[in-house]
Amino acid sequence: MVPVAYTVLFSFNDAGKTNLVWRGFTLDAWQNPCGAPQVCEAFVNSLQVGVIATLIATALGTLIAIALVRFQFRGRPLVNLLIFLPMSTPEVVLGAALLAQFLSLRVQLGMTTVIIAHTMFCISFVVVTVKARVASLDPALEEAAGDLYATPWQAFWRVTFPLLLPGIAAAALLAFSLSFDDFIITNFNSGSFETFPKFVYVSATRGIPPQANVISSFMFVLALVLVVVVQVVGAARGRRRRG
Amino acid sequence: MAAALGDAGSPTPHATPRVQSRSRGWVPLLLPGLGYLVLFFVVPVGALLATSLYVPVPGGDVGQFQPALEFSNYTDALGQFWPQLVRSFAFALLATVASLIIGYPMAYAIAVRARGHKLLQGLMLVLVVAPFFTSFILRTIAWKQILADDAFVVQAMQWLHLLPPDGRLTATPFAVVCGLTYNFLPFMVLPIYANLERLDSRLLEAGADLYASPLTTFRTVTLPLSMPGIVGGTLLVFIPASGDYVNSSLLGNNTNTAMIGQVIDARFFKVLDYPTAAALSVVLMAAILLLVGAYVRRAGTDDLL
Repeated sequence: MVPVAYTVLFSFNDAGKTNLVWRGFTLDAWQNPCGAPQVCEAFVNSLQVGVIATLIATALGTLIAIALVRFQFRGRPLVNLLIFLPMSTPEVVLGAALLAQFLSLRVQLGMTTVIIAHTMFCISFVVVTVKARVASLDPALEEAAGDLYATPWQAFWRVTFPLLLPGIAAAALLAFSLSFDDFIITNFNSGSFETFPKFVYVSATRGIPPQANVISSFMFVLALVLVVVVQVVGAARGRRRRG
Repeated sequence: MAAALGDAGSPTPHATPRVQSRSRGWVPLLLPGLGYLVLFFVVPVGALLATSLYVPVPGGDVGQFQPALEFSNYTDALGQFWPQLVRSFAFALLATVASLIIGYPMAYAIAVRARGHKLLQGLMLVLVVAPFFTSFILRTIAWKQILADDAFVVQAMQWLHLLPPDGRLTATPFAVVCGLTYNFLPFMVLPIYANLERLDSRLLEAGADLYASPLTTFRTVTLPLSMPGIVGGTLLVFIPASGDYVNSSLLGNNTNTAMIGQVIDARFFKVLDYPTAAALSVVLMAAILLLVGAYVRRAGTDDLL
């Protein structure tokens, strides 16, 4: 936790351009979070990539998870392996592999290639997270819906999907945080497109503006609030269910 | 992710009724995602393999290569960069062991000791996960400043004679392993937590009833039951740590802390030597798959797949 506290503390530093030594308390950076060149562009880029990659990865991953748990078919071990492999490959290799492909196809690196890369490594994490939730779900519920003359489509949207939602939400949150904070894969596939982690890494040598600390602290607080809300809602639901 | 890895076992039998298993409903569910992974994971790994065998275009510019079957790329790359490769695995192993030693008690405290105090448990979990949401790189830079020569930690250690007066922590392998451990610790804590959380306290009581000391109970009941979590956590720390180069480039110096990721990055972007970079990536991937395969087989949890 100390480095986090440090990051938050230094967002209040009266630093001027570089943010290495404590020079006194100020709210300057908080009042003007976009004050440093490019920091907000990079932040917005990261948000866009994160949201798009999360949406695609969550949709594709959820479908795979449902298929894997609910259906028996030949080749399932192979599918499991294909899900497991990207997770057990270091990021440098994933980044390098995609770069090798993009280079040989002469694809222009930029936002699109970053989104493609992020979606790719997020899918596996979504599958694993949602799979756990699907496995704990009783398929009898869907059959009951069918008995009550619901079409499979209705049964899915009215019964299965709401029950899966907490798992899907957790997976999406995970995918977003992985994408938002990813540096290595992004660095390989971004060309001159700059994300927030890349901005921080590049400016590390010439001094990171306190605005970067502001943005990081802001994300941290946002995440805390989000987690607390999820916990409180979960607890309230639990209490209601127990009656 | 933690719960995910803990739960990733095979589904319960009732989850696969015969009616559905005969249908072909899985095809439309599976195809889009699998197609994506084939297109952007399997094919790129193929491209990586191909690139690792390329040769420079005769008379071409730097960074121009043509397809070939130049297997000496591998022997050349390994001959030149084996120290960085070995160092990567050594650092990753040290960081994994350190995070297991630090992380297991943390997970145990949250899952077992804090049982019944839902609020405390939630708070502790949030504290483990929360660093994820601040920038990974900013936190590493904060580490760098905490371990800096003129900072409190180093000065206190010098005062206590734990470090020689001219000793330092930054730019040492110690700092890199510290950084790796710090950054990947949550990946160790969460799977073990998810595992211990489902541990039935009655089993512990039964152990005590049978006159086992707390230590014996831990050794014969708790530890074996938390093995899947330990295996999952170990993999989740070791794999990314061995490929990481942010820690070694920010917290280390280049001569005796460089890891293989740094080399791959430099070969790609500074030297434009794609075949060597690709060959090193292939070696790294193969080595990790072999290690992970052997480890998973030994630890006996095929459930991970």
